[in-house]
Amino acid sequence: MVNIQSLTKSYKTPKGDIPVLQDIHLQIEKGDIFGIIGFSGAGKSTLIRCLNRLEEPDSGTIEIGGRVITDLAEKELRQARQKIGMIFQQFHLLDAKTVYQNVAFPLEVAGHPRPYIHQRVREIVDLVQLGDKENTYPSQLSGGQKQRVGIARALVNSPDLLLSDEATSALDPQTTYSILELLKEINRQLKLTIVLITHELDVLQHVCNNMAVIENGRIVETGSVEKFFLHPESDTAKRFVHIIDYYRDKRHVMEGVGAGI
Amino acid sequence: MNADLVDLLREGLLETLYMVFWSSLFALLIGMVLGITLVVTEKGGLLESPKLSKVIGSIINGVRSLPFIILIVLLLPLSRLIVGTSLGPTAAIVSLSIGAAPFLARIIENSLKEVSAGKMEAAKSVGASPITIIFRVLIPEAMPALVRGVTIGIIGITEFTAVAGAIGAGGLGSLAIRFGYQRFREDVLIATVIIIILLVQVIQWSGDSIVKAIHKKRYKFE
Ligand SMILES: Nc1ncnc2c1ncn2[C@@H]1O[C@H](COP(=O)(O)OP(=O)(O)O)[C@@H](O)[C@H]1O
Ligand SMILES: [Mg+2]
Repeated sequence: MVNIQSLTKSYKTPKGDIPVLQDIHLQIEKGDIFGIIGFSGAGKSTLIRCLNRLEEPDSGTIEIGGRVITDLAEKELRQARQKIGMIFQQFHLLDAKTVYQNVAFPLEVAGHPRPYIHQRVREIVDLVQLGDKENTYPSQLSGGQKQRVGIARALVNSPDLLLSDEATSALDPQTTYSILELLKEINRQLKLTIVLITHELDVLQHVCNNMAVIENGRIVETGSVEKFFLHPESDTAKRFVHIIDYYRDKRHVMEGVGAGI
Repeated sequence: MNADLVDLLREGLLETLYMVFWSSLFALLIGMVLGITLVVTEKGGLLESPKLSKVIGSIINGVRSLPFIILIVLLLPLSRLIVGTSLGPTAAIVSLSIGAAPFLARIIENSLKEVSAGKMEAAKSVGASPITIIFRVLIPEAMPALVRGVTIGIIGITEFTAVAGAIGAGGLGSLAIRFGYQRFREDVLIATVIIIILLVQVIQWSGDSIVKAIHKKRYKFE
């Protein structure tokens, strides 16, 4: 579904070019939920934003569903983007539009007829369980509800791929859980490929099948999520897994103490 | 108050309203085009073009650095060319529009800049074109700030109108000068001042009401 070859990207600053992505190779299967994990500043956002070219790569190729995204001219790129949904940490809903209008926007952009838009928005708003909020403005919604609108907007035009840039990082644990469940459900129902980036292990553990670890702009480890937890190889993976081990041990110790009393 | 005063004031007010209305409309149109262009062409904008941004920015700064009264004089030939005369309210509209447009452009630019880049990226990510983003995202999202800014702009134009009155544009400004200053008619002077103050209040109040209505709709609070 997604094939990334030799992708590089650097940011130009007055002090010179700062490499952010270096020689990235990555394959993501159709129907997978693929997690990219890394610490802050590792280059996760830059990588996922290259997939729909919100960020222009310096070199390398990105192929999505057989189409070489990196070769597309402006107009074709816009068409390709209609089939790549994206959700954001800060939701980025339009305050001037109601939930209905926010969700309808991608369909209007794609030029669908009004009756179809009407029916499709209903469908998708129901899918994200916001059927009673159609005429509400985003400012009146909770964080979790806002992200559901974000998901509805990303899915309404039946994309082949969903990109998620830390979509749950601004939410409390319980809401995070419900959003992750929703993503899983969507993946199952629609056979949708999902690429999500995160710095939270819970997210990786909860929804992803496969993963890649990114460290200083390089992919340092790929494989199944199980492998990540059982046989972490990279520094980053070890540090992440060490954190859970630390808390697990601590809990054992505390439970042990409790039992001893 | 005698009948002659009432007539004078009514005529002055009508001329002022006429000038404010048309100048605001034209200045708003030009200002909107310039303001949007500034925002979308700046570095990191939707249609990045630093050169164009710099050229427009410099022209705006140039026009804005001239005192308004000098600008009017400079634009007299243009008024004559466009409306056939350099005297009267219609001629003043030409100078007022061009004089106020850069001011409005800056106000509009600042209002549009309040829209977060993230919202425009979200629109980009669904495949929206720059034009669609400008009209469906940028402008609607900035609307409260735009209305607030344009209100300040129209009040500025009202003040400019009074200044233009001093050099033959007509309106309340011209009344105040011709009667109040040159003929020592204090009653005319005071009456025109009161009317201009009221006019500014009404404009401000209208702008505030629109902003309040937008907020009430979008945020369900004042
Ligand atoms: N527009 C930019 N200009 C310069 N440097 C940037 C820019 N955006 C991101 N960076 C740098 O690139 C690196 C990776 O950023 P990012 O992809 O946002 O990381 P992550 O999402 O993993 O936290 C960081 O060091 C960041 O400072
Ligand atoms: Mg990030």
